[in-house]
Amino acid sequence: MEHLMSTIHTVPLNAYILLSSVIFSIGVIGVLVRRNAIVIFMSVELMLNAVNLLLTAFSVYLGDASGQVFVFFIMALAAAEVAIGLAIIVMIYRNTNSIDINVLNRLKW
Amino acid sequence: MNTFYFIAFLSVFFSILVISAKNPVHSILYLILTFFTFTIHYILLNAQFLAIVNFIVYMGAILVLFLYTLMLMNLNKDSEQPKSSLIKIAAVIGGGCFLITIVAAVKALAPSDAVILKDTNLGLVKNLGKTLFNEYLLPFEVSSVLLLSAMVGAVLLATKDPKATA
Repeated sequence: MEHLMSTIHTVPLNAYILLSSVIFSIGVIGVLVRRNAIVIFMSVELMLNAVNLLLTAFSVYLGDASGQVFVFFIMALAAAEVAIGLAIIVMIYRNTNSIDINVLNRLKW
Repeated sequence: MNTFYFIAFLSVFFSILVISAKNPVHSILYLILTFFTFTIHYILLNAQFLAIVNFIVYMGAILVLFLYTLMLMNLNKDSEQPKSSLIKIAAVIGGGCFLITIVAAVKALAPSDAVILKDTNLGLVKNLGKTLFNEYLLPFEVSSVLLLSAMVGAVLLATKDPKATA
């Protein structure tokens, strides 16, 4: 435990901000580049996790437990989102025999 | 210090592999590795509750759900037509612009203090439970309603409509 504490002492907050924004940008690029709906969902999960890590780092930095409670809520929300999203993908697959999102360009408003 | 940078490198490396793997099953396996590195980050920050929840809920439940959906629909062949390279370049430029903005903003800041854990009990279950059930009791109950409605919605969407197929 002492070793763990001395490890964390030397990491600046900016390193956490940079790591989270790099992973968030990778998630954004993944959403824009891929056409498989499930891989797009996984990129969204990457973005959510980058935000979670940043919230935790700020919570430790400020000594406030609220940040970690928010992360807990985000995880509950992500679970609900994945359940609904995968159900919609299964329904799309059943109707079109494909999960390529370009099939959905016939959606009209 | 070295531990954090090594794990951070692994996180970025595996998340790049997630979006670049051709086979969706490989993507999910790399995503599991990415989330494992996130669990190590939480342990380094002494957020023990979040580390356990991340391990059980994300790696145990959500990603297994992904994997089962993919395998049950038999989608683990790379049938994906790649997007045109123009769209790919535009996507990378778009994501890179966001990254450059953040990096430039961070560079403009003064060098930050180190992340120091002032209270060693901060991320433990006891402390978080007190905060959750004192200050955030109403959001906690509302999120239970959200999960219930998500469950009902998922069952409703994923079952076949008997009238449509008849």
